[in-house]
Amino acid sequence: MAKSLRETIKEITRIHLKKNKGIVMGQCLTAVGWVNGTLPELYEKDGMIELSMADVAGGGIVVGAALMGKKPIFIIRYQGFNWYNAPMIVNYACKSKEIWKVPCPMLIRGIGMEGGIGPVAGSSHHSLYFRMPGITIFSPMTSGEYKLVYDYFIKNDDVIYVSEHRNSFNNAAELPDKLEGKCDIIIFAISITRFEAIKVKEILKKKNIKIGIANILWIKPFKIKNSWLQNLKTSKYGGLVLDDDYESGIAKSIANDLNLKSGKKVFTMGLKNKSAGFSKQTDNLPPNSNEIIKKVNSIIHLLSKNR
Amino acid sequence: MLNSKQKINIFKTASLCRNFEQETFKYAKEKKIKIPIYLSAGQEYISSTISNLTRELKINPLIFPQHRCHSIYLSFGGDISKLINELFGSSLGCTYGMGGSASIHSTKINMFGHDGHMGTQAPIGVGACFSSKKPTIVFLGDASAEEDYVLGAIGWASTKNLPIVFIIEDNNLSILTRKKVRRNWKMHDVGRAFKIQSFDINDSPEEIYKYKNKFFKQPLLLNINTNRLFWHSGAGQDSNKTFDRYKFEMKKLGKKAENIHQINKKKIEKIWLNRFEKQLKK
Repeated sequence: MAKSLRETIKEITRIHLKKNKGIVMGQCLTAVGWVNGTLPELYEKDGMIELSMADVAGGGIVVGAALMGKKPIFIIRYQGFNWYNAPMIVNYACKSKEIWKVPCPMLIRGIGMEGGIGPVAGSSHHSLYFRMPGITIFSPMTSGEYKLVYDYFIKNDDVIYVSEHRNSFNNAAELPDKLEGKCDIIIFAISITRFEAIKVKEILKKKNIKIGIANILWIKPFKIKNSWLQNLKTSKYGGLVLDDDYESGIAKSIANDLNLKSGKKVFTMGLKNKSAGFSKQTDNLPPNSNEIIKKVNSIIHLLSKNR
Repeated sequence: MLNSKQKINIFKTASLCRNFEQETFKYAKEKKIKIPIYLSAGQEYISSTISNLTRELKINPLIFPQHRCHSIYLSFGGDISKLINELFGSSLGCTYGMGGSASIHSTKINMFGHDGHMGTQAPIGVGACFSSKKPTIVFLGDASAEEDYVLGAIGWASTKNLPIVFIIEDNNLSILTRKKVRRNWKMHDVGRAFKIQSFDINDSPEEIYKYKNKFFKQPLLLNINTNRLFWHSGAGQDSNKTFDRYKFEMKKLGKKAENIHQINKKKIEKIWLNRFEKQLKK
């Protein structure tokens, strides 16, 4: 049976500490839960370093460890905490190689989650890093993708932001692109929205609307596969980028790149432009299958009218 | 106490720094340097004393400075010509023309460049010290020491009992805002609250040397009161009545120190001129 993503991250962490002699740093790592079961039960003597709760200083301490070549994995348990943890990563670690020719390789595990956790902790915040130079951003949702990301980290000296999502940790399947034949719309999906995109494809298939799915693992630098471009060019209504960060961020940037390369209209969906409350009726969740279907229908309606 | 050889060695280092900064002042005033500069004249006795102290201890520490760092770089053996090149924006500079005056670095002397956010050198230095276990010095100003993340970093250094020294170059000014306007607490009290041996002293070499035996055994914080002779940024003077440690020590050391000053003055003027002419040819 294939391993879940949770088990794969745990195994990779063990390899990082035991075989590759790296370190893992973060807050409340060794408490009950071990970061949703993604960490092996190891302690400071093994390289699993508990930081204090000083968020901004903690990010800087990890940067210092990276400067010393310790290849730290820095765990940020909720992506919203990046607002306090990221300053020295983006302003020092990401610039170090360019300014001082001193690489500062580190891997940041930013863990996304949403649903009743309020205005700060919820959702993904990878757009926060996206605009800064010197960072590589991935969003792996499968074991195979995560192994690829870790392998890249070990072989290179980049600062890597890994945008994870808790709802993917149970996933044991690989998620290949679905781009057979001529599609009506190509969905370019990031992070947890990839699972919703699969549902949308199945539902709309029954209504004779053909959806293609392009899974975005490499967010920055954004790599457009030839197959994506070809399928986008031949699609009837263009593309739709889905993100679980705010819409005015990576989603719009990627949509612009795709639009310029293909000449096709590329639409976007992400978090709504509002704060998330704790209650169900006030929450701000990533686009679900119903909302995506509505958007697809509105795109088809709009573009059919203009033809 | 310091013997005369130690005093002269410290003066030699300070003299190199002072004369360098005087020349930088001159070239900046004449607008031959076109980037913002942060002169350390007046404060150079701190880095000069500490670099001599670490040499005596036979330790090459990791150094994490901040923007006012010319004297730190020179005191610990940074290349003069490369620093001049840097101030001229040359790719042959110590930071390849990227660092300017404020973000200089040198892998040769274990000096790590500063990113421009005041005080980030504290957590970054603490992280480097923790993960490498190497003796480390973090230089801060009295203003950057106020950054919340500096306090978090000092706390963690205490928790992990690291071989690190926090040097606060306390010139009492954040640009021109005095400490008493900004806060009602003292940095050495903060250090003590974090269970770190902390002391509030002046920048005389004798005073700094009193703590030599405490260096790199466990975290140490020295808040060293000093004076900045020139503007926060650029070539100008806020007051001509500021106490000048360098002149005070030179006077105490007498003729021998005056000779060292003159020799260094000529030497550094020549290096500056040579670099400037090469720059013009480019």
